[in-house]
Amino acid sequence: MMSGTAGQLKGGSVKTRSGAAGKIGYVVLYIILIAVAVFQLFPLVWLLFFSLKNNQEVFNLPPLSLPTHPHWENYKKVWSAGNIDVYFLNSVWITIVATVLTVVLGSLVTYAITRMKWKGSNLVLGLFMVAMMIPVHSTLIPLFSMFNKIHLIDHPLSLILSYVAFNMPITIMILLGFYYALPKEVEEAAVLDGCSVNQMFFRIVLPMTSSVLATTGIINMIYNWNEFIFVNTFISSDKFKTLTVGVQNFIGQYTTDWGAIGATLMISILPILIAFLFLSDRIVEGIAAGSVKG
Amino acid sequence: MDKVMSNKKIIALYVLPSLLLILAIVYIPIVLTGYYGLNEWNGIGSMKFIGFDNYSALIKDHLFWSSAGHSLLLAVFSALSLIVYLVIAMVLSAKLKGANLFRKIYLIPMLLSSVAIAQLWLKILHPTNGILNSILESLGVDNPPAWLAEPNLVLFALFIPILWQYAGFYILIYYAALKNIPTSLEEAAKIDGATSLQIAYKIKLPLAMEVIKVTIVLAVVGSLKYFDLIYVMTDGGPNGSSEVMASYMYHQAFKSYDFGYGSAIGFFLLIICLVATWVIRKLTASKDTIQYS
Repeated sequence: MMSGTAGQLKGGSVKTRSGAAGKIGYVVLYIILIAVAVFQLFPLVWLLFFSLKNNQEVFNLPPLSLPTHPHWENYKKVWSAGNIDVYFLNSVWITIVATVLTVVLGSLVTYAITRMKWKGSNLVLGLFMVAMMIPVHSTLIPLFSMFNKIHLIDHPLSLILSYVAFNMPITIMILLGFYYALPKEVEEAAVLDGCSVNQMFFRIVLPMTSSVLATTGIINMIYNWNEFIFVNTFISSDKFKTLTVGVQNFIGQYTTDWGAIGATLMISILPILIAFLFLSDRIVEGIAAGSVKG
Repeated sequence: MDKVMSNKKIIALYVLPSLLLILAIVYIPIVLTGYYGLNEWNGIGSMKFIGFDNYSALIKDHLFWSSAGHSLLLAVFSALSLIVYLVIAMVLSAKLKGANLFRKIYLIPMLLSSVAIAQLWLKILHPTNGILNSILESLGVDNPPAWLAEPNLVLFALFIPILWQYAGFYILIYYAALKNIPTSLEEAAKIDGATSLQIAYKIKLPLAMEVIKVTIVLAVVGSLKYFDLIYVMTDGGPNGSSEVMASYMYHQAFKSYDFGYGSAIGFFLLIICLVATWVIRKLTASKDTIQYS
């Protein structure tokens, strides 16, 4: 009503016509958005359904039918039959160690580049930024032979070093803007009070940047958790494999048991889905911040 | 102040660990890749220097060129799909209720590992039991294709999961860019009688151009080095019809133990990625000046 009157006051017919067209327009827009949402979610819902079915149900029932008697034993079977628990723990600790190292080392570099005065800081920054464009694959063969020489093949350290190095540029890139925006006065006051650079960095700067640290941390975690080619190339023994490669090999043994495959996949993606449920705002923000590289 | 902030020891302490790491893990390997490419080497025994033989063999290798062609095709698909993502982001940013929720739902596939995505889509595209062909059959399609087994279809079929995986990522970037445009501009245009389409085309699009450029680089370079999903889903098959540059390199080095030739491919991949980045930047930069002049 209110908008109708306002429309008439401003010389009406144009306003009301755009209002009616607007409504139809909105319906169309929502249909587009919902169609995309269905496309994005549907495969995952289907995965959940077939992870709870046995082969007979998968192949004989309509694909979208709910599992009549959910076969939770699919989950039990794959969890206890393979090394999924080992892969899972490896993924957790390797992801955490690499993420913490990247964020701390990246913060130190960014601090030295943005706040401290030295020749060559631009050159060093350039080295990190150019590294962002280098494809991982082009380094794979030399990395393999280098790690082989120093006996780090089939050792988790090869993964951690690679993850830290390759995620460092994007981490620094996200941190940069934040560090440039930090007020100088805080540091000046701290120096006058006799603070050393180390104290200043660890007691003042790091806490001040905690929100952007969380953002970079999340980006790093997602990358590290899902990394495939390094694990697949460097790690051969089951005790060091992470979930992505473990799942891949494990499914190879169950090529025809769709329920088991579904359960394995669900186990591998569940931690991310749960994290997303609780941290979705941070994750969205983290990915948005991380994407503006280039 | 200046004295404290230019303490050389502290600077070295803060910078050197990361700098040495990136030199060792990124830069030295890049140089070595180029050098290994000049050798005949099975990865274990001693290297034999053969000059540019690997590189000249590469230029004559039709399997390499077809894999490069596949990579290029994927890059073109990816670049084209950006238009769709941009439209969806425009729709999302039109002050719709629930935009935030949609944006989050779209992003979910992006968080999953390529291996999980590949395995899931192997099932979806399964010729007899997959959900895609079940749907097609129920719609009356008699003999739906065996998507990943058809040399002419396999790249298109592989592109569906790629679309699925990255849709949310690009929509998110575009959405963020569009939201950054001051609303006052849009309101002023509305008062002047501009339609939503005009606003989208004449105001939002040019202002989002910087971000669009970045996404073109991301999509093209990302596609040129595509690996995980293809490696798991088809391993380059059937008969090399979905082989891409990175998978060809992997096969030559780690399956055929021809590390010298693999390195030559790896070095070529690096050059192509750097050149692609540079070319796209140049192209999009010149477009930009035309638009503003």
